[in-house]
Amino acid sequence: MGFSLEGVGLTHANGFRALRGVDLRVAPGERVALIGASGAGKTTLLRVLAASLRPGEGRVTLLDGEPWACAPAALRRLRARIGLVHQSPPIPPRQRVVSAVLAGRLGQWPLWKSLASLVLPVDPDGARAALARLDLAERLYERCDRLSGGQLQRVALARVLYQQPDLLLADEPVSAMDPALSELTIALLNEEATRRGVTLVASLHAVDLALRHFPRVVGVKDGAILFDLPAAQVGDALLRELYAAEGGLPLAGGLHAPEPAESTGELPPMRCA
Amino acid sequence: MSTAVRDPAALPRLGWTLVALVLLWPLLRLTDFHPAALFEAGNLTAMGNFLAGFLPPETAPDFLSLLGKATVETLAMATAGIALSILLAVPLGLVLTRSLSIARLGPGRRGWIGQLLRGVARALLAVLRGVPELVWALLFVRVFGLGAAAGVLALGITYGGMLGKVYGEILESTDARPARALLEAGSGRLAALCYGLLPNAASELVSYTVYRWECAVRASVVMGFVGAGGLGQLMDQSMKMLNGGEAASILVTFLALVVAADGLSELLRRRLA
Repeated sequence: MGFSLEGVGLTHANGFRALRGVDLRVAPGERVALIGASGAGKTTLLRVLAASLRPGEGRVTLLDGEPWACAPAALRRLRARIGLVHQSPPIPPRQRVVSAVLAGRLGQWPLWKSLASLVLPVDPDGARAALARLDLAERLYERCDRLSGGQLQRVALARVLYQQPDLLLADEPVSAMDPALSELTIALLNEEATRRGVTLVASLHAVDLALRHFPRVVGVKDGAILFDLPAAQVGDALLRELYAAEGGLPLAGGLHAPEPAESTGELPPMRCA
Repeated sequence: MSTAVRDPAALPRLGWTLVALVLLWPLLRLTDFHPAALFEAGNLTAMGNFLAGFLPPETAPDFLSLLGKATVETLAMATAGIALSILLAVPLGLVLTRSLSIARLGPGRRGWIGQLLRGVARALLAVLRGVPELVWALLFVRVFGLGAAAGVLALGITYGGMLGKVYGEILESTDARPARALLEAGSGRLAALCYGLLPNAASELVSYTVYRWECAVRASVVMGFVGAGGLGQLMDQSMKMLNGGEAASILVTFLALVVAADGLSELLRRRLA
């Protein structure tokens, strides 16, 4: 029920080589953070895991199915079991929060139910419960263009919580939130994955969040995997190599941010993501 | 020449503007376009005499009741024609919309089927709207005889071709990311349309449809010449009898209908905004 990538390489239509020779095997229920500089290939990797980008090379197995060998109907069923939180929430501004959250189950609902729900929401309590976990329950019937960037990101998270996927993917899910809220939200994602026993993969810009909350951390650099280690074994030297091009470690700061140790003296001071 | 980097787009823009002007000039010559002729003394008197024939508008009760009946007929014909054209345009417009293609995700297999379907739909729409409604009407008059049925069918077919093309283009130019995200989560095409595209596109679709309804009201003048009834037939009779007053009353009615359609469009747009 986890997933595996074997020798996956992907070149975008514009000729940019986004992934090369990626091998990654994740067991069911594992929680993995992806870290790496901007443009390293984290988003492309997540979209391959969401069965929305087809790699040119290698083999992809997701939740015991091979998406690119399936018939179209089977591929749709597989996609309905994968939930991806996008970096910028793909929600129409004029949509109401309740519809945006209920849209998480469009892959599971028959068409009549999806259409009926636009007239009168079929499961407002379910949407409210998902929003309540992100402290947004009172915005249920508001339009999404009334929300701030961070609130919209939480609506997108509520949609995926409501979807209840077997493979939970998140692409920088807290990029528009303040450090305290980021901390709570990442904790919530981990708690959800643990409670339901599903696999979680999240890319994070803030290294300290990744190290604090995820047992396993994968560093991505130039479209390849630089390291794949338990969080405790990710040391400063590795991180410096990973972010060599960015000139400093991106950190979220927040509730329990560790003080920078002496050994990191060369690194610039912490900055808030 | 300054040392600053010049805008690389500036030269091509200047070039294309010149090309457009050079092409426009022979076209104007070809159509004998001499705007100055409008303001020559003799021509002004001729136009004045023609327009003076329209005053005062006819207000005899007999004629007004005839006018009222014809207005209702025209509205019925335009509305029935637009309803028919929507039935044609919605499925064809959806087929045209690339952002609702599931095979394009990945991209997956059998994408050529969708491309073939889109090509067929595009060609069909071109045929439907490429033949003027008057020709369709002359064709259908041979089946249904003189009367509104031929007019409704002719309007429905031509306007179906126009609406289908523009629906497809409006949906294509709408932000595709929400619909794509839903398709990637296993949603069907129609659900993705209703949750991902319509919230952003609805007001434009409605305003174009109401505008086409307004055009259909005016097109009924042409329909009148093939005996389809309504204001067109009345106009035809008045013009043939050189009754300028009646023609003026009919024109005022057209004007009122156009203003009403404009108000309706504005109201619907505000409701959907």
